[in-house]
Amino acid sequence: MNKNASFGLGLVVAVLLVLPFVLPNSYYTDLAIRMAINAIIVIGLNLLIGFAGQISLGHAGFLGIGAYASAVLPTHFGMHPLLAMAAGAAATAVIAGVVAKPIFKLKGNYLAMATLGLGIIINIALRNEAQWTGGPDGMAVPALSVLGFELSSDKQWYWVVAALLVISVWASLNIIDSPFGRALRALHGSEVASQVVGVNIVRYKVSIFVMSAVFASIMGSITAHYIGFVTPNFADFFHSIELVTMVVVGGMASVFGSIVGAVLLTALPQALATFEGWETVVFGAVLMLCMIFLPKGLVPTLAAKLGKGE
Amino acid sequence: MLSQFLQFLFSGITVGATYALAALGFTLIYNASNVINFAQGEFIMLGGMLAVLFAQMGLPLPVVLLLAVVIPALVGILMEKIAIEPVKGADTVSLIIITIGASLIIRGLIQVWLGKGTFSLPAFSGDAPIHILGATLLPQSLWVLAVTALLVAALWYFFSHTLTGKAMLATSFNRTAAELVGINTNFVLFLSFAMSAGLGAVGGILVTPITMTSYDVGIMLGLKGFVAAVVGGLGNGLGAVLGGLLVGILEAMGAGYISSAYKDAVPFVLILFILFFMPRGLFGGKSTDRV
Repeated sequence: MNKNASFGLGLVVAVLLVLPFVLPNSYYTDLAIRMAINAIIVIGLNLLIGFAGQISLGHAGFLGIGAYASAVLPTHFGMHPLLAMAAGAAATAVIAGVVAKPIFKLKGNYLAMATLGLGIIINIALRNEAQWTGGPDGMAVPALSVLGFELSSDKQWYWVVAALLVISVWASLNIIDSPFGRALRALHGSEVASQVVGVNIVRYKVSIFVMSAVFASIMGSITAHYIGFVTPNFADFFHSIELVTMVVVGGMASVFGSIVGAVLLTALPQALATFEGWETVVFGAVLMLCMIFLPKGLVPTLAAKLGKGE
Repeated sequence: MLSQFLQFLFSGITVGATYALAALGFTLIYNASNVINFAQGEFIMLGGMLAVLFAQMGLPLPVVLLLAVVIPALVGILMEKIAIEPVKGADTVSLIIITIGASLIIRGLIQVWLGKGTFSLPAFSGDAPIHILGATLLPQSLWVLAVTALLVAALWYFFSHTLTGKAMLATSFNRTAAELVGINTNFVLFLSFAMSAGLGAVGGILVTPITMTSYDVGIMLGLKGFVAAVVGGLGNGLGAVLGGLLVGILEAMGAGYISSAYKDAVPFVLILFILFFMPRGLFGGKSTDRV
């Protein structure tokens, strides 16, 4: 890790440590937890979109697999929640892996189409298999308990999610600096050139796709346990779009941008709740304006203005 | 057996025609700018919703139709001027998000203005079904098919016999070369948004008497139109039409013979299979990479 990255990681840790003492009430703690959860998903997605240059419009589908694994397996089969979470992650890895190989021969808009299709199929399946998933109404999720200790209060959840966020930031900063990360950036720059220097591009794309899908699946499980309820909306197309938007607004290929994007776009709908009925319009306008005036995203644009890269 | 099959075929071709018009819209804009317009579905919705609104005001049918096509076309032009022209050359992800932002704005405004209700339009020439070999066909389906066929023929004539049409084709083959021979590619972009919004609106108006409409029908219709365009090989006009019909027919067959609950999944399963085995769609050409 270079100096800026270490500084950023330190800043994230410091903010996370101070935050619980300045948040006025449980509404804000809840908001902070949701922001952190989204931030972790977006960091994973940014590895795929920003660093490897591959788009996914179906990531909410993987989130849905994880969430529903944590809901369905303990409820119907009495499986331990941690085991269910692992099973969801494994299922996601298998699905993502099997689908990824043919998908990643595709590029740009065709890739967008394929991932979008995959996400929609998962969503439709969750909606229709009502005997398992509760259909469009969703279902309750049992509490997450580890070694007899049950996670229940907002404060406990805050520390778990904060720890996961720090681990994700640290891990992804390391991945970016590893030979694997350099290969990803190389194939983003030029696929042909990286192939020529010996990067097996399909294998790298598949690995990063599976990795970010598993990120999403595990966080889907965590969200499900935290909220205590899942609905198919977890996995719908609009949620996939929200995640991609967080990546782009925060800044592609920027780990800290992912956090900023997740924080802003998780807060936005809450802030817009006062606009009664106009939320969709304002949300759409914010997306468009961001893309037109800050096409590189917030963090890279600001970093460039301050005269130093991340 | 046969009558059942025919019944599914009729309903499949009818929705398929709408998908074909949406797919043509995607194709026009993609060819002019390499943008996948995720707001395409909203133009379909706009056509249907505006037609319902003007019909309820008691305007005569021709005026209703005219307004419900022209206004979405103007919205398309506005969108192109405000959101697409200023960011020309941005990367695929940014463009996708801009068009999604536009679609949210259009959908949100209609929701605020006309509410969340479901609306229908009286059929253009009565509801008495026509019986063919034991299957029934609504007169409105004939309207859908006839108008779609006319539009496709008109587009074919436009692209093969008029200077403007040829200029649009030239731009889609090679933008720089088109500019060098004096084609105003900004005008081409402008025209393609107007045309594809208009096409989508026509589709939306025509099926509203059969399928009904509401502020949020644009998402699925648009995505299925996108599937149809990709099935046909993105950028191929004839492919888009055939893709639309194919998606519509398979969807109706899937709903009839397999499971109506999974009807909406059919187009997406289809597209995954096609992309796995024929990565550039059924009618797409071969591509080469420039290093």
